[in-house]
Amino acid sequence: MEQKKVKPLSTIQSGETVKLAGIEAGRGLNNRLAAMGLVSNVEITVVNNGHPGPFVISAKGSRMMLGRGMADKIMVSSCDYEKDNGRPGRKSK
Amino acid sequence: MKKITVALAGNPNSGKTTIFNQLTGARQHVGNYPGVTVEKKEGVCKYDGYEMIFVDLPGTYSLTAYSIEELVTRNFIIDEQPDVVVDIIDASGIERNLYLATQLIEMNVPLVLVFNMSDVAEQKGLLFDIEQLSRLLEAPIIPTIGNKGKGKRELLDAIVKTVQQGRWQRTHKVTYGEEIEHELAKIDEIITDKEHELAEKYGSRWTAVKLLEQDDDITVKFRSRDVLDTVTASIEHLKSIFGDAPEVIMADRRYGFISGACQETIRTTVELRHSYSDMIDAVVTNRLLGLPIFLILMYLVFLLTFKIGAYPMGWLEVFFEWAGRAVAGLWPVGSESWLSSLLVDGVIGGVGGVIVFLPNILLLFLSIAMLEDSGYMARAAFIMDRIMHKIGLHGKSFIPMLIGFGCSVPAIMATRILENRRSRLTTIMVIPLMSCGAKLTIYALVIPAFFPENWHGPMMWLIYFIGIVLAIILIKVLRLTFFKGETIPFVMELPPYRMPTLKSVSIHMWHRGWMYLRKAGTIILAISILLWFASSYPKPGRESLAGLSAEQARQARLEHSVIGRLGQIIEPVIKPLGFDWKIGTALIGATAAKEVFVSQLAIVYAVGSTDEGASTLRQQLRASYTPLTGFCIMLFCLIYAPCVATVVMTKQETNSWGWALFQFFGLTVLAYIITLIVYQVGSLIAG
Repeated sequence: MEQKKVKPLSTIQSGETVKLAGIEAGRGLNNRLAAMGLVSNVEITVVNNGHPGPFVISAKGSRMMLGRGMADKIMVSSCDYEKDNGRPGRKSK
Repeated sequence: MKKITVALAGNPNSGKTTIFNQLTGARQHVGNYPGVTVEKKEGVCKYDGYEMIFVDLPGTYSLTAYSIEELVTRNFIIDEQPDVVVDIIDASGIERNLYLATQLIEMNVPLVLVFNMSDVAEQKGLLFDIEQLSRLLEAPIIPTIGNKGKGKRELLDAIVKTVQQGRWQRTHKVTYGEEIEHELAKIDEIITDKEHELAEKYGSRWTAVKLLEQDDDITVKFRSRDVLDTVTASIEHLKSIFGDAPEVIMADRRYGFISGACQETIRTTVELRHSYSDMIDAVVTNRLLGLPIFLILMYLVFLLTFKIGAYPMGWLEVFFEWAGRAVAGLWPVGSESWLSSLLVDGVIGGVGGVIVFLPNILLLFLSIAMLEDSGYMARAAFIMDRIMHKIGLHGKSFIPMLIGFGCSVPAIMATRILENRRSRLTTIMVIPLMSCGAKLTIYALVIPAFFPENWHGPMMWLIYFIGIVLAIILIKVLRLTFFKGETIPFVMELPPYRMPTLKSVSIHMWHRGWMYLRKAGTIILAISILLWFASSYPKPGRESLAGLSAEQARQARLEHSVIGRLGQIIEPVIKPLGFDWKIGTALIGATAAKEVFVSQLAIVYAVGSTDEGASTLRQQLRASYTPLTGFCIMLFCLIYAPCVATVVMTKQETNSWGWALFQFFGLTVLAYIITLIVYQVGSLIAG
């Protein structure tokens, strides 16, 4: 894991893409999220940080909606590393 | 013809049900898995000398013991040993969807992979090397386009081929890396040694994996201290190495396996930045527009159910009126045959009064099926989360509540999508406040009877709205008293929008309609006859009727019957609500099933009236009660005791008679208090 600054997903603005660093939740929830593709180092794009209210993210090709409480528990780090070529820049609002 | 069982597994929204419908058509059997109330759908398809029994397993993301659906899926595969398991994969979200496949591979089942929605994947620019991927995953891969029926033949061929191959040992397996594999080997060895039977049944490697993942369902099956100690030691050891629970690392490694397989076999040609789904979402989930759009859609659903439904409803009414007259015509005029009365008033009147509402039910379920299949239902949950969160539930609870507008029974079943028991119980408790299709029959009878034409729409809207507001208040109260605790944060997939297919929507509608008809044909018919008896017997003595006019005699006979007496017993109690014993009688009947209220009232008013040109029930009602009473009837029916089927379902889902009875009596008391206030205040204002 990288030494980057880790912060909750809920603080990420719409349009930004980040990397999952860890989930601070119980086993059941962790398993569920893993099954839905949310595992360490997965790239998550925040589609809509519609505060207040639920969060829409995109990860592994599917759209997911999270409760705000959930978004507080998912820790992410920025992913401004070189691999970005070929990926068109996301428009941030 | 050889009989084989084929299980269909797959993620939610992978188009599993569409494929199932394509394969089996409408020849489906809907039941339950033993012990739990997860819906079990089966259908048959004859192909190439095989009679294939398809079982549509619940949609799941994985096979942990985390939810009932996952357990059901897993146990079905282990216990029933289906000849083939078909995993339906949404090809446009391949990596996430393959996660379930890795677990099926681990269970070493004869597997066929279906890459569904391959057209969508193509649009997204995904190119698959099917042959190579199939070799890596050791399972045939069939690309399909579910809603167009493409790939169906190829899939059936692959199933036949897989059956003929029989079971075999795979060469590639999902590997978890040296440290974990080391621990797995240790556990594998000790369970093969100490718990031979379990290892045999579940497969020793799979069991070892599950034990390391701390799977509750598997762990409790093991009694041997040695095994459990080994597992605990392994878990501790792995935790110290990775600083994370083994199951987290193992999930990671499974994705590693998947991306390994995908890297060589999938190419992305273009990346779409804005799909049409995003564009639709920008509008319908918009902060300002979302809620109004949702409310308008709901209003449209009701308009469709009513305005359009009114035509076939009218035809059915005419038909049953004609049938009643035709049957009555078989007896000479003036004769008082009990059989004629039973047939005309009991059977035709009772069941006919219910069947006329079939068009409403069908149209309502048509709307619900379209909302579900198009993908809008998930957005509705998204939009409602803002409101639901405030009252202590999450947006997902809204879905069963929305289904509750159709029928409480499937709605209570749908609360399974809620993982938290407190949220689930709270939702179950308030579901009866959602005006179901059966209550609709009451409103549809009462509203036109008392209110002018242009009030019909707003009146209907009002009564539904009251139910929703009450539900919100009740949830709030329950969350503060019986179901205290933090609200669980939630995750839910937002499926891309899809055009609902005629086939799947009509199958859905047909099933619900059939369920309703079956209820009308069995329970309601039985109750109608029972109620006819109860409202016809015992008959008063001939002498007590002497000197009375025909009208008074009718009244006397009714008051003398079982039901009349029951109604009279409760009349003093319901009088403050503006109800007389006739309404009381119908209310008693309606606890069996809400629509019985209508048929019951029809019988109560029709009994003994052999006069020509008897006025319709609505006219009778208008003549007997004030609009305030009419409104109070609807209000009371909206809130009070849920029907028997709902009570039974609540008992089953909460696994306790306590909650079922709490719901039954709690709601009745609430209905009484609210109606009392409305009637008394209303009477005062009306002077």
